[in-house]
Amino acid sequence: MDQVISCRTVDVSINGRPVLEQITFSVETGQLVGIIGPNGAGKTTLLRAILGLVPIDRGSMLVLGLPVAQVTSRRGKIGYMPQRQLFEKHFPFSVADVVHSGLLNRSTIFKRIEKADQRVMEALALVGMENFARRPFKDLSGGEQQRVLLARSLVRNPELLLLDEPNAGLDFPAQQKFLDLLQTLRNERKLAIILVSHDLLSAASFVDLLICINRVMHLHGHPGEVLKSATLKDAYRCQYDFLSNSIGLDGEKK
Amino acid sequence: MSEILAYGFMIRAIAAAVLVGTLCSVLSFFVVLKRLSFLGAGISHTALGGIAIGLVTGLNPLLTGSIFAVGTAVTAGYISRVGKVSEDTVIGIFYAAGMALGIALISGFKGYYPDLFSLLFGNILAVSSRDLYLIITVMVAVLLFVGLFFRELLAICFDEEMAVAGGLPVNFIYLGLLASIGLTIMVAVQLVGVVLVAALVVIPGATGYRLCSNYRQMMAVALVTGLTGSLGGLLLSYYYPLPPGAAIVLLMTALYIIALALKPFLKSSPFNTREGRDD
Repeated sequence: MDQVISCRTVDVSINGRPVLEQITFSVETGQLVGIIGPNGAGKTTLLRAILGLVPIDRGSMLVLGLPVAQVTSRRGKIGYMPQRQLFEKHFPFSVADVVHSGLLNRSTIFKRIEKADQRVMEALALVGMENFARRPFKDLSGGEQQRVLLARSLVRNPELLLLDEPNAGLDFPAQQKFLDLLQTLRNERKLAIILVSHDLLSAASFVDLLICINRVMHLHGHPGEVLKSATLKDAYRCQYDFLSNSIGLDGEKK
Repeated sequence: MSEILAYGFMIRAIAAAVLVGTLCSVLSFFVVLKRLSFLGAGISHTALGGIAIGLVTGLNPLLTGSIFAVGTAVTAGYISRVGKVSEDTVIGIFYAAGMALGIALISGFKGYYPDLFSLLFGNILAVSSRDLYLIITVMVAVLLFVGLFFRELLAICFDEEMAVAGGLPVNFIYLGLLASIGLTIMVAVQLVGVVLVAALVVIPGATGYRLCSNYRQMMAVALVTGLTGSLGGLLLSYYYPLPPGAAIVLLMTALYIIALALKPFLKSSPFNTREGRDD
């Protein structure tokens, strides 16, 4: 398997304040990785650092084979889905308009985007929303909107997918449907997927690798190992006994 | 009606109403989508400082006001991004400071300002041919910018974080939008004045946003509202003893209220159909 991300002892600070320290992990093609941690742990900052939107202070980070400082040239190969609260939920866009906006980048300014409609429909088909193309985006349910936003992040045919709290605000059936969709995409398209979540249970139940951060990296490994590690409570700064009621120490659901 | 066209000043006023009404409607579309309504009000009031500088120094107040308006809009946008301060806060400070500067300059200067009342409350009937050329120049520049970056502006209004991550030059385009709003407000000052101009860059877009689920329809409704308000207000002020600026803003407000009232009855109209619904 090819290495998609190689991150070695990376430090990131924002306005002089350390946000991430000594972060080390790697992600390979076809791997589904969960980044967990409490609120304010630096999870979103880590995604922004991978995108090259936040500079790293120390350490090295290779993304798709390039140093992260040069990753701007490969942004098209990185799909990104920001947190749900960042977009305008009542925006007068159709579903197709939302996905089309994912095609725009510096090189498309003043230019007609080739086969744009076809690419939009293909991306919608990947998430099972092709029949909704002309529907107003604001009329969709939360789960449907998430799938459309996922289609937007897939429309440029990425090799790496970064998802920031994709399950936040969704009910349990919608969460399950969305996670099943990610599994399918990973298996069929060999996408490397990094998913940020503050919900240990949903993340641990389906990822290959779990990274637990709270400014520094506390744990990194198979979900079962991470969940039974005593270090987890240091990361969350509280007990997590509730987990043992839902998930066994081997990571299997009881 | 034909008697109106017998007067040169009315023909220029009608031309100004059409041009500024169109320009404000287009910009109001983005002002509403990007939630910049307070910016519109802030820029117009801040511009009073620039206008006062023009009046006191003998320079063209519209020119000094424009420089102030564009400077304020771009600086507020820049500070809010670099300094991580909310745009509302920056505008709130500039708003008061610009007004204070205007009042200080005007009150401290011993002279007579024949245009002061017009600048505060507008005087579309006093629009000269030179003013029309200025409006046309601003209109061409702003519409060219909007036309060239229309798709990108929409993407930034919808989800700025994603637009940045996707590789769009968001800061350049956004500051260009703010500068366009500043210029538009200054040419619109001639219609309705500093005090009322914010309405022209908010109400047309707000009416479209209220009625439509599709941005193309929203733009069309904004244009109809802006043109109906500016032309209709001008005609109202011709036939009734109303100041044109106030008539324009009141008519636009009435159109917005009608849109609010009509919304529940438009569920099955072309504005709200799930066009092409195929699920």
